[in-house]
Amino acid sequence: MHNPESLIRKGLPKGHLKDRLVRFSLGAVTYLIVVIAALLFFKIIKDGAPVLLTTKAPYVDLGFLLDKNETLHVFDDAQGQRHQLAASKYSAYVKDHASETIYNEQTFSYSGGGIIGPIAGTVLLTVGSMVLALFFGVSAAIYLSEYAKQSPFIHAVRLAILNLAGIPSIVFGLFGFSVFVLAVPVITSTPSERSLLTLPLFIGNAVLSFQGWNSSLLAGCATLACMILPVIITASEESLRAVPQGFRDAALAMGATRWQTIRTCVLPFSIPGILTSSLLAITRVAGETAPIMFTAAVAAKDDLPWQSLANPFDLLSSQVQALPYHIYTLAARIPASEYTQRAQYGSVFVFLILVASLSFGSMLLRAKLRSKLKW
Amino acid sequence: MVIDQTNQASAPSAAIRIANLSFAYHTKPALHDITLDLSAHQITALIGPSGCGKSTLLRCCNRINERIAGAHITAGSIHIHGIDINRPDIDLQELRRRVGMVFQKYNPFPKSIFENVVFSLRLSGIRKRSELDEAAEAALHAAALWDEVKDRLHTSALGLSGGQQQRLCIARAIASQPDILLMDEPCAALDPIATLKIEELLHQLKQQFTIVIVTHNMAQATRCADHTAFMYLGKLIEFAPTLQLFNTPRHPQTLAYVTGSFG
Repeated sequence: MHNPESLIRKGLPKGHLKDRLVRFSLGAVTYLIVVIAALLFFKIIKDGAPVLLTTKAPYVDLGFLLDKNETLHVFDDAQGQRHQLAASKYSAYVKDHASETIYNEQTFSYSGGGIIGPIAGTVLLTVGSMVLALFFGVSAAIYLSEYAKQSPFIHAVRLAILNLAGIPSIVFGLFGFSVFVLAVPVITSTPSERSLLTLPLFIGNAVLSFQGWNSSLLAGCATLACMILPVIITASEESLRAVPQGFRDAALAMGATRWQTIRTCVLPFSIPGILTSSLLAITRVAGETAPIMFTAAVAAKDDLPWQSLANPFDLLSSQVQALPYHIYTLAARIPASEYTQRAQYGSVFVFLILVASLSFGSMLLRAKLRSKLKW
Repeated sequence: MVIDQTNQASAPSAAIRIANLSFAYHTKPALHDITLDLSAHQITALIGPSGCGKSTLLRCCNRINERIAGAHITAGSIHIHGIDINRPDIDLQELRRRVGMVFQKYNPFPKSIFENVVFSLRLSGIRKRSELDEAAEAALHAAALWDEVKDRLHTSALGLSGGQQQRLCIARAIASQPDILLMDEPCAALDPIATLKIEELLHQLKQQFTIVIVTHNMAQATRCADHTAFMYLGKLIEFAPTLQLFNTPRHPQTLAYVTGSFG
């Protein structure tokens, strides 16, 4: 070799400083993101945890979780002691101390009591929309992966479904408002004045009236279901395709029809995959505000969703409170003060725990099912 | 094409009669003018290099090729026990119940051994426990698997060894009492000992079923098959009793293939 000494470098390696700089700045960006996320969680936990957690058994403030939402009354009594009472306790207090005067009274909407209403509403919306989305989504996925010929048209359909996933949730909210709230047909004997079209059904005086479902649990569930359909369809199709072709061949070769094959040898083995990816959709459904703002949610409601209903089906046509919308109301519609912090941070903290446990649950479930179903 | 005339003479007892069959995937032809009579209660081996159309021919016999878009018969016919199976009014499910199939890669369902065996019975709507038990035991006996699994019928089929899984697939295929058993390289994914067991099994099954087996293993064909068909590039080159085909092939291409000097 000519001049082997040239293999030994003099001074620092080439590009040493630049390398260092790039490495440092990429690292800095990464840790900046981590720090921001950590600060966010720290703030929520620091201010929210004291609301929910107590030092005495059962270590959880069940009142906050299980009481109805009320207006908070803050006042001084004659001894100069400050009271913070939810509306119902406040009226009891006033009755008991009818002779006393109270001073400096302030009221804060939505800030007293607990958040059982929003929690119940969110649970109902989540369950309802998942049922709808799974039914329609899995049906479409079965068609796309098992029945449809892989033609350019089907590819276009699949692409269209994928693109639905990119639509902002507020657009789904407005879509849900204009379709489910205002336009879908209902069967009724007393059509609304703003009905777009009424068709006689010739059964009694019932008519098919295109007047929508109003702002209701059903409209909210349908809107949320539309929002997560692309996720469910895509995930279900993947899970169906992951079932080995050999199962289908074997079933068909033993004289099964197409549908028998799917029902006995494809769908049962893809259900774990469908469910685990759907759990991720659950966290999204539980967390979205925009789609339910115009279609289902209401800021204040005295009764829990299932209380004081004429018949059980009225549940679907009644409005509900919902956690994300409740948080939005607390944050944007009432003035922040030291007395509203309990409700604000408490709700956010509960919400965060709810979503985190759903994600964690889906991770556990996936790990468990993956280890169980292998071929 | 060279066809042994003695076989033609026994044609009336043919279980599968393939006449001038041509087959194509979309526009790509896969089989050309194949004429072949397979006798009942015999083992017929289909041999030939990869891509010569052996599996396609096998899969025509229970019309499972139809699952593939664009696959269709362009000419000719297949009669099974005298019935043209490509008639439009064929009960496809019944046909596949009568013509069982075992695949190259053993593919038991991730269910219990018992549920695998009785799958086809459940499909035909049999619910009675005693009937299912009986059929499962008979099929597992016939597949020489009963003694190995009788104590663990309700454990997962995926816990079995590869050879056992393939025999389970055979049991599953014969549980519905088919007449014909199509086997698409049933030993390709198995070790020699498991292969030997399957071959022994074939000899027993021959009493009950007409067996068509696709194989790459020429030694296997000589050990098992009564007749052997050699195919090349979608054409049937030679069909003769096995020993005759291997010892005194009439066609130079067959000679080249069976002696290994192919190409």
